[in-house]
Amino acid sequence: MKRVRVGNGCGFWGDSLDAPVRLAAAGRLDYLTLEYLAELTMSILAVQKQKDPAAGYASDFLDVLARLTPILAAQPNLKVVTNAGGMNPHGCGTKARDILTAAGLGDRRVAVVSGDDLMPRLDALLASGHGLTHLDTGDPLAAVRDRVVSANAYLGAAPITAALAAGAMVVVTGRVADASLTVGPAAREFGWSFADLDRLAAATVAGHLIECGAQATGGLWVNADDATGLGDVGYPIAEMRADGTFTLTKPDGTGGAVNVETAAEQLLYEVADPARYFTPDVVADFTTVQLKDAGRDAVAVSGGTAAGVTDTYKVSVAYRDGYAAAGTLVIFGPNAAEKARRSGAVILERLRRAGLTFAASHVEALGAGDCVPGVVRSTGEPAEVVMRVAVRDPRRAAVERFTKEFSPLVTSGFPGTTGYTTGRPPVREVFAYWPALVAKSAVAPRVEVLP
Amino acid sequence: MTPLSRIAHGRSGDKGNHANVAVIAYTDAGFAWLREYLTADVVAAYFAPLGPARVERFEAANVRGLNFVLYDVLAGGASRSLRSDTQGKTLALALLQLPVELPADHTAMLRGA
Repeated sequence: MKRVRVGNGCGFWGDSLDAPVRLAAAGRLDYLTLEYLAELTMSILAVQKQKDPAAGYASDFLDVLARLTPILAAQPNLKVVTNAGGMNPHGCGTKARDILTAAGLGDRRVAVVSGDDLMPRLDALLASGHGLTHLDTGDPLAAVRDRVVSANAYLGAAPITAALAAGAMVVVTGRVADASLTVGPAAREFGWSFADLDRLAAATVAGHLIECGAQATGGLWVNADDATGLGDVGYPIAEMRADGTFTLTKPDGTGGAVNVETAAEQLLYEVADPARYFTPDVVADFTTVQLKDAGRDAVAVSGGTAAGVTDTYKVSVAYRDGYAAAGTLVIFGPNAAEKARRSGAVILERLRRAGLTFAASHVEALGAGDCVPGVVRSTGEPAEVVMRVAVRDPRRAAVERFTKEFSPLVTSGFPGTTGYTTGRPPVREVFAYWPALVAKSAVAPRVEVLP
Repeated sequence: MTPLSRIAHGRSGDKGNHANVAVIAYTDAGFAWLREYLTADVVAAYFAPLGPARVERFEAANVRGLNFVLYDVLAGGASRSLRSDTQGKTLALALLQLPVELPADHTAMLRGA
């Protein structure tokens, strides 16, 4: 029976640079997927592209691809599917092709999937009745239109399948739903129709389980301990069959763990109603999924079914929403937590006396339970805590001024104040998230095989 | 009173300004008990200091799971939130520390039972 092994070597931009290389080397993969785009990553990439039209993609991917070339040379059938293209899939794909060519792999075709970027025609969409209203509040996008920096539809698996059918060995996409990176190869390999919703749902389960990388293989597992060997954690592989069933596993000899617990935790990760997990390809019902331990670091997964399909794509809009900064100091000694909170109040008081109040501010005594403020209190007295103060405001200058108010506490604060080693904290731009829907008929995914 | 973590594990994450907290029982007996005890109201009361607008509970009995969606609980969510935990990563471990009164004989609910 035909089996297709899809491994995911990257769960977000910032994930391990070594994982994709190790997974491709040891995973006996047919496909390596690399997922780089969190909800707000596109806004960061959009700003990069504004400054430099050649930028705007997840540049880590090109470093990874360069390191992958010896493996690709040794495994001529290994294909790579990634959404690293971000706001500039064509630019990213072109660079990827150049890397392959320089490594003597110029015969490996690179395809680019685009059409997700709605910014160039955002006003036309709004004018023609696509309100892009906020999914939660129902507010029209017009309310923040002048601050929007990016608006991308989550495309599905079909253009990836088409790119593979056109002979692509490397597929670089813009915004595509994470699970679709896996659904696309499965549909291509097994010849599934995009009307075969149960198969798409089953593959969506596979894609969902592996999309966050090591979160399926021991990372974040509540029962992870020293024996789990996270220092050598293997990344996840879905070994798929034509009927939609698959085995979740990881390369032999790696650390981490794959079992029913790790799989169940990941199955429900970032899910609302598990009976209706919306993707561009299908509405998947995760409540029909069966997980069974199938030997060491292997879980047999079956039963994911479809609960329909929508005629809309989800759209992720990001808009500018001021500036923020957060700084820390260490407070040691008796009553450290209380002193940390007072120190934070002192910082804000001094700024108030200087005429500055902020749209939002937050003080934490980390070590005393403030990570989940008011819910979980630490028992017993910590020897020291980290004082963390953060502010957000529309005025960049006010936030800049805030960052200069930490160091004075080293001499004018409570005894035991230390830890001022990293200098003034950086000011960052804040992007707010605006989820919306758009009719599929208003979006045209494009596939281009690069010459 | 014992922490919920005696009979369940879980994971939490974000969707914009909302968080989901999945609680997964180790055994069928534990799931049957959780289903009765761990209502959306109990979870809403526990997380009240974080100010969720509302809490909705979903079931995934196939994995002995209860999935709670905590709306507008992340103080703005990724990028906007000023908390250390902008994305609700800690909420599952926080909920697993919920003190609960298990039945006197709860061995059938424990991990590995």
